[in-house]
Amino acid sequence: MKTLLVGEYREGKLLNSTYELFGFASQFGGETAMLLVGSDAQLPAFDGTLYLADAAIYGEYNPDVHKKLILQVIDKEQPDAVVFIHSSYGWDLAPRIAANLKIGQVSEVVAITGIGFETCCCNGKMRRTVKPATGRTVLTIQAGAFPAVQPGGIPNVLKTVGDTASALNFTGYEPADKKGIDLAKADVIVSAGRGVGKKDNIPVIAALAKALGGELGASRPVVDAEWVTHDHQVGTTGQTVSPKLYVACGVSGAIQHLAGMKKSDFIIAVNKDKDAPIGEIADVLVVADVMQFVPALTAALTR
Amino acid sequence: MKLLVCIKQVPDMESRFKPNSAGTWYSDSDLAWRMNEYDEYAVEQAVRLREQLGDSSELTVLSIGPDRVVESIKKSLAMGCDRGVHIQDPAIHEKDPWQVAGIIAAYAKEQGFGLIFTGMQSQDRGSAQVGVTVAELLQYACATTLVGFAFDNGVVTAKRELEGGIKGVVKLPIPALVTCQLGLNVPRYPTLPNIMKAKKKEITPIAVADLLKEAPLVQTTSFHPPTKKGAGIVLEGDVNGLVEKVIGIIKEKTAVLR
Repeated sequence: MKTLLVGEYREGKLLNSTYELFGFASQFGGETAMLLVGSDAQLPAFDGTLYLADAAIYGEYNPDVHKKLILQVIDKEQPDAVVFIHSSYGWDLAPRIAANLKIGQVSEVVAITGIGFETCCCNGKMRRTVKPATGRTVLTIQAGAFPAVQPGGIPNVLKTVGDTASALNFTGYEPADKKGIDLAKADVIVSAGRGVGKKDNIPVIAALAKALGGELGASRPVVDAEWVTHDHQVGTTGQTVSPKLYVACGVSGAIQHLAGMKKSDFIIAVNKDKDAPIGEIADVLVVADVMQFVPALTAALTR
Repeated sequence: MKLLVCIKQVPDMESRFKPNSAGTWYSDSDLAWRMNEYDEYAVEQAVRLREQLGDSSELTVLSIGPDRVVESIKKSLAMGCDRGVHIQDPAIHEKDPWQVAGIIAAYAKEQGFGLIFTGMQSQDRGSAQVGVTVAELLQYACATTLVGFAFDNGVVTAKRELEGGIKGVVKLPIPALVTCQLGLNVPRYPTLPNIMKAKKKEITPIAVADLLKEAPLVQTTSFHPPTKKGAGIVLEGDVNGLVEKVIGIIKEKTAVLR
């Protein structure tokens, strides 16, 4: 067995998530090579073949160009699996590789099973086992599902060159919106999810946050619906937090939200759906209507 | 310019999902259906572009599935799409992303669409493959995960959402396909007059057999709930009792209450 891992590099840095690919590879077994469009100043520490293309030439994001580099290396390495992180880089590139080679792709793999690969579905509520029908396969692995492994060592670097022609033109990055509150400093965060029902109910959640001496957090749908501002958002595209107490009110627990708060010391979830994925990581799941339970808890705390 | 938006109908994600008799997908009984949330943003963005371009443009909405998906097509028409295409397939859930993309590409190939919009993924299968694969099959330029979109002079300026909230800006020429992330815009609610107007808009049925040329590349062997780790405790009962228990737990397990 042989895997070709595709590392990630952004804003001049090798991304730490790259090491999760090694975590996957150590479970998958066999030989490992990596392809990185990056820089020789930031090499991943592992003892194997590293195909390195210069990001200064091929860009940090240019799927047309990166696709051709990856296809070239696949042709040379003949791997059984080509593995990406399921990220804005990976889910953008992986289907292009699979379609070009007409091979099966399994997205957002959370585990390797005897038959195939376990993946998430139905907003993280359910799982599927998916078996590729082709000998070679493209995989994207869920961020955080496999441990970050630093194999150590010095890679055997093979400089990789290719075609730079592309229809796309990447013009740069826009920084994250950092104004407003810094949730990372809060000891207590009480978050509102879609289950709070409507914008008018947000003050009820904010009142509990105040009663516990904490800050108001929010899940993505609540921010998208403009019930609260983006600086309250917890999750992959918001802030990553680890307070002493995290209270999730009407938050279903999409993986992007869990990734931003699962390291909290103690998690209480309030949800009327006993099967909501938030229950997977909560220390306490209170099965109740948010708008009945939360005001009652706030009243008892401030009595 | 001809525009296309591809939508999927999915169950409400608050539903209880039970495996079907084959054990490979959910049973579709007792489910409430709605438009895939990501696709609502795609429809809204496509309608805004249709309004920007005016009557020199035409916007088609496409969905694959059994008869019930016509409801989602009608909603898109009421939001402002001009015409609908219903690719009839009662067993679309058995097709893999490669086949679904193949069906869409087979339809779109002869149509000369300048821009195609899709959601970045579906809420139920969530593979994030179909849009990009359609672009590859049609050899269109493609950018995924859009939280910003502008179109001027044949060039799309796309803002892609990256991890940590930063955005990547990319320009792509038409023909192009973009996949839309949540929060790209604020999808409109269809108004009653527009719902009435939409009733007169044409929905073309096409049999899936006319477009399906590909065999699957992956196979789902099982659909099941996650293994319960059972680490946490579950509290149920009347609200006052729950409040008392939760305060007790906060006092015992955390140092946040003095």
